[in-house]
Amino acid sequence: MKNFFRIFSLAILGILTQACNNSDNSQGKKSGALASNVAERVYVAPGEHDEFYAFLSGGYSGNLLVYGLPSGRMFKEIPVFSQFPTNGYGYSEETTPMLNTSHGFIPWGDAHHPDISQTNGETDGRWVFINENNTPRIARISLETFETEEIIEIPHSAGNHSSSFVTENTEYVVAGTRFSVPYPQKDMPIEEMKGNFKGPLTFIAVDDKGGMSIDFQLKMPGFNYDLSHPGRGDSHGWFFFTTYNTEEAHTMQEVNASQNDKDFIAAVNWKKIQEYVKNGGGKEIDAEYAHNVFDHKTHNATSTMKKKVLTVDPREVEGAVFFMPTPKSPHGCDVDPSGEYIIGNGKLSTDLTVHSFSKMIKAIENEDFEGEAYDIPILSFESTLGGTVKEGGLGPLHTEFDGKGNAYTTFFISSEVVKWKLGTWEVLDRQPAYYSVGHNMIPGGNSRKPDGKYMISMNKITKDRYLPTGPELEHSAQLYDISGDKMELLLDFPTHGEPHYAAAIRADKVKPNSRKIYRLDENEHKYAATSEDETKMVREGNEVHVYMTTVRSHFSPDNLEGIKVGDKVYFHVTNLEQDFDVPHGFAMIGANTSELLIMPGQTKTITWEPKREGIWPFYCTDFCSALHQEMQGYVRVSSKNAKVPLKWTLDGE
Amino acid sequence: MKKSGVLMIIGSALLLGLFIFPLWNIELEAPQYPDPLGMNIFIGGIQGEEEFDIQNIDGINHYIGMKKIPKPVEMWEFQTFPLVIGGMAALGILLGVLGFFKIISPNWFLAWLILMSVLGILGMYDFNSWLLEYGTDLDPKAIMKLTDAEGNPLNYKPPLFGSQKILNFTAHSYPETGAYLMFAGMLLTLVAWITGRNSVAARKS
Repeated sequence: MKNFFRIFSLAILGILTQACNNSDNSQGKKSGALASNVAERVYVAPGEHDEFYAFLSGGYSGNLLVYGLPSGRMFKEIPVFSQFPTNGYGYSEETTPMLNTSHGFIPWGDAHHPDISQTNGETDGRWVFINENNTPRIARISLETFETEEIIEIPHSAGNHSSSFVTENTEYVVAGTRFSVPYPQKDMPIEEMKGNFKGPLTFIAVDDKGGMSIDFQLKMPGFNYDLSHPGRGDSHGWFFFTTYNTEEAHTMQEVNASQNDKDFIAAVNWKKIQEYVKNGGGKEIDAEYAHNVFDHKTHNATSTMKKKVLTVDPREVEGAVFFMPTPKSPHGCDVDPSGEYIIGNGKLSTDLTVHSFSKMIKAIENEDFEGEAYDIPILSFESTLGGTVKEGGLGPLHTEFDGKGNAYTTFFISSEVVKWKLGTWEVLDRQPAYYSVGHNMIPGGNSRKPDGKYMISMNKITKDRYLPTGPELEHSAQLYDISGDKMELLLDFPTHGEPHYAAAIRADKVKPNSRKIYRLDENEHKYAATSEDETKMVREGNEVHVYMTTVRSHFSPDNLEGIKVGDKVYFHVTNLEQDFDVPHGFAMIGANTSELLIMPGQTKTITWEPKREGIWPFYCTDFCSALHQEMQGYVRVSSKNAKVPLKWTLDGE
Repeated sequence: MKKSGVLMIIGSALLLGLFIFPLWNIELEAPQYPDPLGMNIFIGGIQGEEEFDIQNIDGINHYIGMKKIPKPVEMWEFQTFPLVIGGMAALGILLGVLGFFKIISPNWFLAWLILMSVLGILGMYDFNSWLLEYGTDLDPKAIMKLTDAEGNPLNYKPPLFGSQKILNFTAHSYPETGAYLMFAGMLLTLVAWITGRNSVAARKS
């Protein structure tokens, strides 16, 4: 009996131990399960599609990058402000006008802040706008073709940084001036900057088809207009710009522009100015700026040089512009989905200053001013203050919103993302960013209706996040799940160039509109050959135009004769395919340009100036079919004075 | 006899659906064609499922030396079939009306059905021989000349009915709405004959 108990108790002990072991196991499994759960949340199975399109600025690459979220996969690099030999953008005859400016052809740009067009305060998936900081320009990219369709230069501006943000119904896309300059430009001593430089803010009207034209330019005091965002909801009709260097220092700004305890957020009532301008207000002044438009029918860009711009003195429009004092050289200027709160991210501070729109309106009514700056009223700090987020972190830069009453601010110096509550201003959560985060982005986070599921942080420093690639590294981004109370880091992925800012949209708003081909029967290119019967060669002096076609798997013509040393040969190549994803490439030995990558139905042109006699081959660069390797041809180049007639053939015909 | 006359009229009128809907559909599916290329065969011609499908099928077929998909004027069938179908529908409706007014015996309905079936079988035979010719009469200069294990040139004939693998493509060949309407119509004329015969027998007894 004793033995029985002994065995029984041992057995119990055994079960208990077993149970303990089990619980240990399940603990272990739990963390394993959690880890795999994180992977599952960013895993988009082969062949399946992401939930969001994200458009990340390519920064100093000058381009726009298309990513999928939550996977972090890159789909496309869209050339915007820089030459792109991959497809011939900025090299082909059709696209070089896109990079024309009042300074001539510029092969490179510094892209910063993409913003998606909006209707009724929601992203609508028609276009992405993006600004070029260095030679001030704004571009519009179509989300049907995912190509740059229009670029407009901003005259009288420098450092086009507080750009390219759109109003609630895409009435305007707005461009600011970060480096104040003489207005208009003139030769003068730099040290006489104070009071003599200006920081124009440019309001570009956008028509139903996306066409951009400068409506007016607001001649603002020569501060540095850093970032901006439109009002929405009740504050629709206003635009807010952060400023720094209200000291108007012209040298060693690092120190000299950081002396004032407070700079300003400029509140601009653009509806008032729009009306003023409609009624004949403002003054037309001389300007010189390029307006470049790409047409998908002619497959050609045209560049027009504009000569006039309408300028508005803010002091002449009653109640149009006010300054709200904001501490510590504010950087980001973000407006919450309701339009009530305007967040000034004081980048040299630990606190965030939140202005209240309704208080601002009241303060304006009560004329609660604490002074004037160049005759523009400064509202008293207390009168517009909605609240302060205390001790959020160090060095706040940008804030985005989840549409559920929470805001997410990046802190560059303390390298973290901080979640806080609108209204109570309490800090709810903080997560590290790797490293030194600049912008963050929530899909639709700058609209009335954000999709508060994911957030990405875009970081300035990469260091050890990936396998090292020498001293020069791509930047990194992190994806957080923000659907719960706490932010959860899900994914780390490299980006291209410097993705200052990004914009994202639900994929179903864009995907059905994405074009598959260009229709050959709509091709109105002057040099198109829309069938092999139309192919030919035409000599005009020393210029030879080759009307060429591509189809799987040959060029027509593929034997060209009669070209002479010293000629300039224009290859106008039309892709006759009308099938999705069948591009053909064209590369010519010794061309001082680039290749062409021609989409179905498109015509593109590249030039070639043969320098030596001989038989010179060209070929298709895109593996188009099983007979791709055979897709090649020859050009015979004869001496300068040769009498070889032009002859173009395919298969001897 | 009234009921069977009406059924006969409806049944033969359903043939007219062939003027609106395709008779047959052939789809070509391949790894690189997740959206298959497809053609709808109407009694008056062949159309792509998507605007450029025919052009793209021709583009692919040129590798193996197949002829281009014929245009309506290139095949006598596309002129004849509409006449035959239209004529048979008109004849069937006429018989139905005559039956409705008890002018003719329901056995005429059966006669119509037999004639229609014979014509249908002839049509299918013709369609199959076209497919066979299309799939075997290849350009001798074809880029890809493939042979089977015995060294005979590969036969690229799509199936008359069903699915079949042809190189990297799987061809699916099935009747389309027009054919289903025609089958339903023919079935109705059979029912028309049976009900007509029964009511005649009932009256006689």
